[in-house]
Amino acid sequence: MAKIELTRIPFIKNALKSRYPQLAVFIVMLVGYIFAILAGFIGTPVGSHNFSIVFVWIAWWAVLILVAVPFFGRGWCAVCPIPLPGEWLQRGAVLSPPDKKPKWLNLRWPRFLRNIWMQNISFLLLALFSSVLLTTPNITGIVLAAMLFAAIGLSTIFERRAFCRYLCPVGGFIGLYSQTAPIELRIKDKQVCVTCEGKPCYNGSQAGYGCPWDVFPGGLTKNTYCGLCMECIRTCPHDNIAVNLRPFSADLAKPSTRMDEAFKAFIMLGSAMIYAGVLLGPWGAFKDAAYNVGTSAWSIYAIIFLAIIFVILPGFFTIGILKTKGALPLKQRFASLATALIPLGLMFWVAFSLSFVLTNASYIIAALSDPLGLGWNLFGTANATWQPMLTYILAPAQTLVLVGGLIWSARTAQKAANEIKVSSTPVIVFCFITTLAMLWLLL
Amino acid sequence: MLPTPSTDPPIFHKLMNPRFTLLLLVMAGLVMAFAPLPVQPITPQERTFRIEAGQFAYSPSELRVNPGDTVTFQLVSTDVVHGLYVDGYDISIEADPGQTKILSFVADKPGSFRFRCNVTCGAMHPFMIGKLNVGSNNWLFRSIGLALLAVVGVIFSVKQKA
Repeated sequence: MAKIELTRIPFIKNALKSRYPQLAVFIVMLVGYIFAILAGFIGTPVGSHNFSIVFVWIAWWAVLILVAVPFFGRGWCAVCPIPLPGEWLQRGAVLSPPDKKPKWLNLRWPRFLRNIWMQNISFLLLALFSSVLLTTPNITGIVLAAMLFAAIGLSTIFERRAFCRYLCPVGGFIGLYSQTAPIELRIKDKQVCVTCEGKPCYNGSQAGYGCPWDVFPGGLTKNTYCGLCMECIRTCPHDNIAVNLRPFSADLAKPSTRMDEAFKAFIMLGSAMIYAGVLLGPWGAFKDAAYNVGTSAWSIYAIIFLAIIFVILPGFFTIGILKTKGALPLKQRFASLATALIPLGLMFWVAFSLSFVLTNASYIIAALSDPLGLGWNLFGTANATWQPMLTYILAPAQTLVLVGGLIWSARTAQKAANEIKVSSTPVIVFCFITTLAMLWLLL
Repeated sequence: MLPTPSTDPPIFHKLMNPRFTLLLLVMAGLVMAFAPLPVQPITPQERTFRIEAGQFAYSPSELRVNPGDTVTFQLVSTDVVHGLYVDGYDISIEADPGQTKILSFVADKPGSFRFRCNVTCGAMHPFMIGKLNVGSNNWLFRSIGLALLAVVGVIFSVKQKA
């Protein structure tokens, strides 16, 4: 399938070039975000009746993992409200062109941190406390507020969106999985960028801001670090930026060679499996251990969690690929072949989320009318009873998603293996075994 | 120079056709997913389970019955009010602390079903889950078969291209 340039359609191009449609969505999102923080602090402590839990961990999560990431890649980042206040402060403006003189420290992000290890760590920190985070409104409020203030703080110290690019726990995995999405932002003609003076897409101009994600669009080859903010479409004086519809997982044809990205794939794959067992399984002892933070049971849970992600899964994967005789060193083969785990991990998360979301979605109806759990009945739905939805399609849908993910990963493994001239069989066997484990956990 | 006529039988050419292979794999997948399995006749029994519900687990948390059994749950709550809702059967009961509530039903739908608390009982309430197996978990075995078929299909399709 060839690429289709969506920005050839005047309506889409105009909507993306204008700042106002995006600003309107930003404002709605920011209001919702701040309300979620407030609800966490002043609303009922009962999670299933509090806006912060129901709308963040059920509604937003469902939209993010079932729709936004698989079909729009970093589409969520394009409208995420977290960087906004910091960015407005950093620029000293909301919409007007930036001053040439920076208003704050405007430092470059340290070179040794220019990777996604910090995002891996921030995700794992949240993951280890997730049983409390997902169920306790004030903890969710604290985490949402902390992310907002961290983004503001980093905007006053470092240039551009340092928080989004290097620290956001959500942005890390969205970036990884955005490579599978059928949407991309790319340049049309490389030669135009080579001869372009001043590179306004990166440095900014009177037409708009330099890339907030610290990416030079002329060098974009994959979606991972492009936040789809559309600023380069506004600043490019040569109309050389396009948003394209493309085949799924086009970016994975050229495998990654970075260990931070390889371990991100393991972190996400392992976390989905652990959550499926702990949160959706019938084993009460695991739930107790995951919830009672600070106890010895939780410490053992945390050690097992980290061991699965950093030792057991990568260990078996490494043992498998040890015998693949290739010209490249083992570390590089590991990083390249781990690309195959990206579609599998995404599908694991989709399968896990289907179960979680379909059984808990009915809480949204009640929380709409009584978002703080204070006895309001704004739309007459506050007393809507909990009722699992479509549970009869859950098992077939999860099978379809997991087996589809296995096929997708096996094909990706073959392409990655071809690229570095090694056998794909150990990776396919690894994907098969992990899929069997996930099927057993969910069905 | 004229091309050498193939000596392979026509069926071999058909098998080496990628579209034919895909069709075969899809058909095999459909058989794997939907083909009826032989059912061993088992005389239905009456099965009673005493289930203790406490934050945030059931004990026992995994139950096995045979299709057609008349199942009775005696739900006992050990701390706060808990409920028990069975996915797929769409039936539920609620028990106050110290009380025993009874739920009886005929397990006429085979498969693996989650049962879960349907009364908000604390922070981890959405994850208070147990498992009811009615007969063997055939869907899991079918899914494993589909996964195996998928892997064989991918490997075979690449060998064809090679």
